Amino acid sequence: MTSAERKPILLDFEKPLTELETRISQIRELAEENDVDVSDQIRQLEARAVQLRKEIFSSLSPSQRLQVARHPRRPSTLDYIQAISDEWMELHGDRCGFDDPAVVGGVAYLAGQPVVMLGQQKGRDTKDNILRNFGMASPGGYRKAIRLMEHADRFSMPILTFIDTPAAWPGLDAEQFGQGEAIAYNLREMFHFDVPIICTVIGEGGSGGALGIGVGDRLLMMEHSIYSVAPPEACAAILWRDSSRATQAAEALKITAPDLKQLGIIDEILPEPVGGAHSDPLQATEILRKALLRHLEELNQMTGQQRRELRYQKFRKIGFFAEMSA
Amino acid sequence: MSLFDWFANRRKTGPIGKERQEREIADGLWTKCESCSVLTYTKDLRANQMVCLDCGHHLRVFSDERIRQLADANTWTPIDEALKSMDPLKFRDRKTYSDRLREMQEKTGLIDAVQTGIAKLESLPIALGVMDFRFMGGSMGSVVGEKLTRLIERGTRERLPVIIVCASGGARMQEGMLSLMQMAKISGALSRHQEARLLYIPVLTHPTTGGVTASFAMLGDIILAEPKATIGFAGRRVVEQTLREKLPEGFQSAEYLLQHGFVDAIVPRTQLKKTLAQLIRLHQPAAQSSRFGVHVAEMAPTPPRHLGGPKTELV
Repeated sequence: MTSAERKPILLDFEKPLTELETRISQIRELAEENDVDVSDQIRQLEARAVQLRKEIFSSLSPSQRLQVARHPRRPSTLDYIQAISDEWMELHGDRCGFDDPAVVGGVAYLAGQPVVMLGQQKGRDTKDNILRNFGMASPGGYRKAIRLMEHADRFSMPILTFIDTPAAWPGLDAEQFGQGEAIAYNLREMFHFDVPIICTVIGEGGSGGALGIGVGDRLLMMEHSIYSVAPPEACAAILWRDSSRATQAAEALKITAPDLKQLGIIDEILPEPVGGAHSDPLQATEILRKALLRHLEELNQMTGQQRRELRYQKFRKIGFFAEMSA
Repeated sequence: MSLFDWFANRRKTGPIGKERQEREIADGLWTKCESCSVLTYTKDLRANQMVCLDCGHHLRVFSDERIRQLADANTWTPIDEALKSMDPLKFRDRKTYSDRLREMQEKTGLIDAVQTGIAKLESLPIALGVMDFRFMGGSMGSVVGEKLTRLIERGTRERLPVIIVCASGGARMQEGMLSLMQMAKISGALSRHQEARLLYIPVLTHPTTGGVTASFAMLGDIILAEPKATIGFAGRRVVEQTLREKLPEGFQSAEYLLQHGFVDAIVPRTQLKKTLAQLIRLHQPAAQSSRFGVHVAEMAPTPPRHLGGPKTELV
């Protein structure tokens, strides 16, 4: 998580905010030098800064949300797993020859209940990102995920998945080892499990790569996360033949949590601290933990058969079409 | 009249001018093979299911033709024909999605990118879905997802084998996340078909990519592919851009997938119907017979000597 010494990474739309903050500290310094009392003015300016942050973050455009979702300091799957679980042990390997570092998972206690938690893991710095392939899972990653989920189902542990990936890895090796098959297999198998499944988009939900661990009884989204059929850059390249139209594509694709709630795709939006999850990771963690426990409690009341039916119907009803009378 | 007689007669009338040749291609009388450039009389080509008589290249075939090739005469009963795409996102790229849909409907005579129905294949009842690449690249939006889901559900209910002929560029961007979720919806229906121990065979034709590959195309109990069809998850250009290098020849071809263990057989189109029929017969429940006390082995259909007939290579 963020430490005090680390320099904050600022997004371009946060500029007015930083300007204001710089001004506040300048005034404070000047006042100290000249021994003048400006605490009233400073208090006013600080209140204005809080207000401004709220305004900025409550009216983010889709492409700005995308920037927040991809923020390098945004809490990752491992951050959340470590913070919300009482105890946890990471497990490794797909049992087919690979251990994809872009997918992490393991067994844990969540408020005293044994669960399996897993998700895509982006790197926390450049070196880590290279190791984790920027959170882009290979077929081995999806096979590791389903292996862990099968384990969960066998031992009656609820499954909590955390989605944070730009896309499934589109490399030569991925094609060779069956990226399509690996994702497809997960989509089908996740419908078979009796245990509760809660999927949460914590950052970037990138197309099939995200869906590969995203079939659940509940689909939650952090307020500033996004979920898209294709990366907006790729979509712009295909539809406008111009990848610089990504902003336009991000608008058109309806990738934000409120849009997806309205389309009936997600069940709940988890509010983030003002300024995004990265500005107050502890609070973000607490919000996530509480929401997961609440949904888990509801799902635990049901039988395995009821949960499977719920999961089936949840996806069964997604789609918009007209049925002309014959 | 054989093609050769036709040629012989035709030669007598003197050489065909280039202009006339072009006109006759435009009229659809002749078809030029994309692979070997040989001109073939369209009627003969059609009789050979649009497989080049000269080089064996599989020319593109669209849904109506494909249904004619697979379904026994007069057995095709389309279902859910009245489902029509809407524009829930009010999507606009260079054109609005609504305009694009209307244009496509006018151009192709189809309502969307898949036809579904019940048919008989060599007298065996099947639930058949055929995607059509002409309609927005066979892309999968809400209608494709709903029609295929209903088809599979009906197959499960009526205990029919499901056959889906895939041809698609993947999810339909113009419907955003609704399209992506169709992958899960169809996979859910397939999970129930599987639980009912019923057969599902996707036939992968050129091209099968993206979200279709990452869902129902790869979920067959048995997966068949047409020769040289492009089959892959990420588009070739995306992979090349990611790696910044040219990809090997034959990458993402049906043959490549066979070699890497992701399809069961490459079946020439001319053998497809026969192969499907053989596979369906082979998987018909022998349980019924054992329930009446008859030994299963006696009642099970005789295994065919060559699964795919003489021309099929089951490598």
